[in-house]
Amino acid sequence: MPNLPFDTAHLLAGGLVLMSFTLLYQDRLYSLLNIYALHALVLALSVAWQANIQDAPHLYVTAGLALGFKAIIIPLALRRIIERLGIHREIETVVGIGPTMLAGMALVALSMVVMLRVTSAAAPIAREDLAFALAVVLLGLLMMVTRRNAVSQVVGFMSLENGLILAASGAKGMPLVVEISVAFSVLIAFIVIGIFLFRIRERFDTVDLAALDQFRGERR
Amino acid sequence: MALIHDAAVQFAEMLLVLLLAPGLIGFVCKAKARMTRRRGASILQPYRDLMRLFRKEVVLAENASWLFRVVPYLIFAATWVAAALVPTFATGLLFSWSADLIAIIALLASARFFLALAGMDVGTSFGGIGSSREMMIASLAEPAMLMTVFTLALVAGSTQLSTIAAFMNSPSVGLSVSLGLALFALIIVAIAENARIPIDNPATHLELTMVHEAMVLEYSGRHLALIELAAALKLLLYASLIACIFAPWGIAGAHAGARALLIGAAAYVVKLAIAGMLLAVFETAIAKMRVFRVPQFIGAALMLGLLGTLLRFVSGSF
Repeated sequence: MPNLPFDTAHLLAGGLVLMSFTLLYQDRLYSLLNIYALHALVLALSVAWQANIQDAPHLYVTAGLALGFKAIIIPLALRRIIERLGIHREIETVVGIGPTMLAGMALVALSMVVMLRVTSAAAPIAREDLAFALAVVLLGLLMMVTRRNAVSQVVGFMSLENGLILAASGAKGMPLVVEISVAFSVLIAFIVIGIFLFRIRERFDTVDLAALDQFRGERR
Repeated sequence: MALIHDAAVQFAEMLLVLLLAPGLIGFVCKAKARMTRRRGASILQPYRDLMRLFRKEVVLAENASWLFRVVPYLIFAATWVAAALVPTFATGLLFSWSADLIAIIALLASARFFLALAGMDVGTSFGGIGSSREMMIASLAEPAMLMTVFTLALVAGSTQLSTIAAFMNSPSVGLSVSLGLALFALIIVAIAENARIPIDNPATHLELTMVHEAMVLEYSGRHLALIELAAALKLLLYASLIACIFAPWGIAGAHAGARALLIGAAAYVVKLAIAGMLLAVFETAIAKMRVFRVPQFIGAALMLGLLGTLLRFVSGSF
């Protein structure tokens, strides 16, 4: 087995990018949440592997946080929100899935070109982790742009944040305080977004964000 | 002496492929029947069907051109040659120097081209629909297949199948996410190309959504037998392609002795049985897709191939 640490890190980080694409591919809300839980699980595995090869036990805490909050609590909470909102389960996209996928491919290629050029001095594992993390972040942004439903935009935001954690775990010497604060800020953001969802729903009877544009008087 | 040995292995392989192809179809049908609690026809049923079709006379439409009569032979020849290029139980074959993945894709593509032409030749509406759908599926599946080949070529350093098989057998493969993506892309392409269930239902003649059967509706007698045999060969080809690339265990090396060849053949039959079983399970578990969903399904394969290539570039650049 040549270079097992690198290959496994590559496998897990690549799996995370693949999961981001799977998120883009979904057209049902519940399956979107399941894939998001899987996304977080792959992230937890990836961070745990980084902890293993870097001999950094505090990264195990990060992996545990990712597993507990993002793979279990947040998907369950989002599922409850969907049930309570009673919205229909199909995802409306702004453009079709095919063009979105192609745009996603272009973003992955872009992030690889950029990151491999910029970080030529870093260690190989950190470099490829950074490249993949940027890809995951960009794909999360793409997802937020191309979805009209607020719940799937929330999922896009969460997957973006997973990319940030991946980047942080790849760079050596990230202090634990920062990681925990990031994790909690995401949780707080999640709560705020959840409240907003209910407010939007109360006022406009839908979570389709096109209603907001109409309210502001923007014409399509 | 080595040349005679290689030639003997090559011809044995061509014969074996031809003999096993209807058996694989029969095995998949039998397994599917058992899984839905039916008895099912015997595994030998496709052989009997083919024998009967070969004995029957050919009925031609009045306005069928010479192309319509030539196409079955062309399709069968192209598919058989393509199947002969894939190393099934031994890698040191006579045709190994030309056993290029791109050559195999080209052979299959030309077979498909002729089949689509023949579907439109008589001028019935069913044939036209089948041809246009086949071309739509092909225009998506072929780029996906090529991307998969690129990924494999980047990993193994060659598009030659014997080299790839030897590389996959060596410990230097390691753990690669690109190979996993390529495997899934290849499976999706294989399902699409062989008109299996989520894309097309091979068991029916009476659906408006059929693709392959619609094209061959006008054929009869030995022409139909040749086309059916070519379709069976194609399924076997994809199964052995996946087995040879992703599970090349037990495959005999170049200039191997009789013992290694026998082990290779036994391993090959076991691998085919496993592939047939998996296909049957998959087809039983899933429902047929609407035609307009097909581009998304095959698009996923294209995406996987592209992603595999991109990820490979990252790990390959260190």
